[in-house]
Amino acid sequence: MAMSPDGKTRLDRRFDDLSAAGRAGLVTFITAGDPDTEISRRILAGLPEAGADIIELGMPFSDPMADGPAIQASSQRALKSGQTLKKTLDMVRGFRARDDATPIVLMGYFNPIYIYGAGRFLSDARDAGVDGLIVVDLPPEEDDELCLPALKAGLNFIRLATPTTDDRRLGAVLANTSGFVYYVSIAGITGTRAPDMAGVETALERLKARTRLPVAVGFGVTTVDQVRAIGKVGDAVVVGSALVNIIEKRAQAGAGAGETVDSALDFVRQLALGVKADS
Amino acid sequence: MSTKPPREVNSYRTGPDERGRFGIYGGRFVAETLMPLILDLEAAYEEAGKDPAFQAELDDLLAHYAGRPSPLYFAERLSGHLGGAKIYFKRDELNHTGSHKINNCLGQILLARRMNKTRIIAETGAGQHGVAVATVAARFGLPCVVFMGATDIERQKPNVFRMKLLGADVRAVTSGSGTLKDAMNEALRDWVANVADTFYIIGTAAGPHPYPAMVRDFQSVIGNEVREQIMAAEGRLPDCLVACVGGGSNAIGLFHPFLDDDEVEMFGIEAGGLGIDTPDHAASLSGGSPGVLHGNRTYLLQDDDGQILEGHSISAGLDYPGIGPEHAWLRDTGRVTYVPASDAQALDAFQLCTRLEGIIPALEPAHALAFVTQHAPALGADKILVMNMCGRGDKDVFAVAEHLGAEM
Repeated sequence: MAMSPDGKTRLDRRFDDLSAAGRAGLVTFITAGDPDTEISRRILAGLPEAGADIIELGMPFSDPMADGPAIQASSQRALKSGQTLKKTLDMVRGFRARDDATPIVLMGYFNPIYIYGAGRFLSDARDAGVDGLIVVDLPPEEDDELCLPALKAGLNFIRLATPTTDDRRLGAVLANTSGFVYYVSIAGITGTRAPDMAGVETALERLKARTRLPVAVGFGVTTVDQVRAIGKVGDAVVVGSALVNIIEKRAQAGAGAGETVDSALDFVRQLALGVKADS
Repeated sequence: MSTKPPREVNSYRTGPDERGRFGIYGGRFVAETLMPLILDLEAAYEEAGKDPAFQAELDDLLAHYAGRPSPLYFAERLSGHLGGAKIYFKRDELNHTGSHKINNCLGQILLARRMNKTRIIAETGAGQHGVAVATVAARFGLPCVVFMGATDIERQKPNVFRMKLLGADVRAVTSGSGTLKDAMNEALRDWVANVADTFYIIGTAAGPHPYPAMVRDFQSVIGNEVREQIMAAEGRLPDCLVACVGGGSNAIGLFHPFLDDDEVEMFGIEAGGLGIDTPDHAASLSGGSPGVLHGNRTYLLQDDDGQILEGHSISAGLDYPGIGPEHAWLRDTGRVTYVPASDAQALDAFQLCTRLEGIIPALEPAHALAFVTQHAPALGADKILVMNMCGRGDKDVFAVAEHLGAEM
C-alpha cells in the first residue's frame, strides 16, 4: 500500500524529498508494452537510476483522443504486441518488488478501467504498488465513477489543469485532486507544440495561489533546456512524447532490445541534467 | 455492470438529466481542456432555446433553404408487393444535400454564429454529414475542416468532391482503421488544439452532453412533421416507426416525438454487416456492451480489455462502433426494439425499392427497408408503418455496382 503510517503517500514523500533537495522532479512517461512487454519492462526498471523521480506509465487505449501522433503510435504498438490492462498491472508489481520509493502513476482513458471493473481495478492497482491515477476523460463532473473511490482506496487521483481551466472551474478541478496537479502547458494534444514559458509562469502563480499541492508541468516538453526552464518554476517537469519517439525510432530502425533500452535511458539521463540542483 | 432499466418511467421524453444522462448512459467523459467549451455550449444552447428569434431563423432556413417539410409519401407499390401494412416513407432524402443531416447542421451553425465562433470542424463517415456541414459553412461564409477516414474517402469519392467544391478542407485520417471513429478522434484533437475560435458540429446524436440532446432536438423536426402529416393522411397515429441507426440521429429525430404514445411501436435497424455472429458488423446494441468512448457512456463494440473494435458495414454511414446514448437507454427500457439487417439484406432492399418505387435509397435507410420487407407482411392491412427514408442513394451507386459485379 502506498500510504505510510504518517498518512503520506509515496508521491507526497517524493515531493517532500525533492523540496528538501531544492530541486524540481523529472517525471517520465512511457506506454506500458511499447514496443513490447519485455523491452518496456526493462526501460521501466532502468528509469529511476537514469534520473526519473516519478514514473507515468501509460495504459494503452485504441482511441487516445487527447494524445498526439507519438503517443497514439505507442499505444498501437503496445496493443499490437498484446498489452492488456492486466499485463500493465503485472509490470508495476514486478517493478515494485525491487523499488519501493519511486512513485508510479498510471495514465490513460476510462474505458479499459470501466471494462476491467472500477472497484476490482482499484484494489488490484493498489496491491500492485500503483500510487496514482491520471484518467484523461474523467473530468470533475464524473468524479463518482473513479476519482472518489480511488481516494477512498488510498490512491492519489491527479487532475489535469489546462489553459482553458478558468477561475470558475479551478475550484472544481482542485477539489478532489491529490498527490500533485498536472498543468497541461498547451491547449492541445500531447507532444505537438512547445510550451509558452510566460504562459506557464502565469498559470503556475494562479495555481499556487489556490493549492498547496505540488504542480507538475507537461505536454510538449522535449529538450533538456525546456526541462531546466520549467524546473525553475514548477515542482516537476513531465516528458512523454519525446521519450516515446526515441523508442519508436529505435524500434523502426530494427534495433535490438538492449539498444532500444539504452537509447531511452540515455535520453532520460540527459533530461535529468535539467533538474540537477547545480545545473 | 448494471444495465437495468430505470425503476419507473412516467415519460420517455424528459431526458437527459442535469448531468447529461439517460439512465446510466450519456454524460461528459471529456478531457479537461474541453470541459469549459461544452459547458459554454450547453448554456448557449439553453439560451437559444428561449429566444424566439433563434427558432424563427432556423424555421426560415429549414423551409426555404433545406426544403422542409419533407413529404410523407405512401409507398403504394411496395405496400402492395409486400402485402401487409400500409407503408409510408418520410422523404428526408429530398432535403437539400440529400439527407436528414442538414436539419442538425443548420441548427448548429446558427448556434456557432451566436457563440461568435469563426471556424467549423466536423467528422464524417459516408460523407453525408460532411457535405451538409460544408454546405452550411459555405452558406454562412465560415471556413470548414472535415475529418474523414482514409478508407471512407476511398469509398465515398463523390461526396469528397462535393465537399471540396463547397470549399471545405477535407483531411484524410489514417490513424486506426481510417473510418468514422478515427475521424471523430481527430476532430476532437483538433478541437482541443483550437478551443478559442472553433465550433465542432457533431453529426450524430452522440458525444458529450449536450450534443446527444441537441442533435436530437434539431432532428425532431422529422417526427414532429410525421405526426401532423399522418394525422392529415390517415386521421391517426402510425402503428409502427422504422429507422436505421448508426449513431442514431435520424432515428431519434423520428422516434422522440412519439415516445410517449404507447400504441406506436418503434424499430431501430442496425448494420448487421456479414452477420452479428461474425466480427464484421456494426450492431453495437445487438452485439456490443456498455462502455465509454467519445465523451459518453453507451453500447460499444469492444474486446475484453475495453479496446474499441472496428465496425463493418456495407454502408459507410453506419459503421460506427457506438450508438447515441439515448438509444442505449431506450433499448434497456424496452421502449424501442433494435434489430440488425445484414449487408446482403440491405442490398436486396435497395434494389427492390429502386425498381418498385423509383426511389434510389441510400444504403443506410436500405437497412431500415430490409426490416420493413420482413415486418410489413406480418402486420395486417389495417396497420400503418412509417419508415424514415433518411438519405438518397446517388452517393452509393458506385459501391452498389461493385457489390453487384456490374460494370459502370
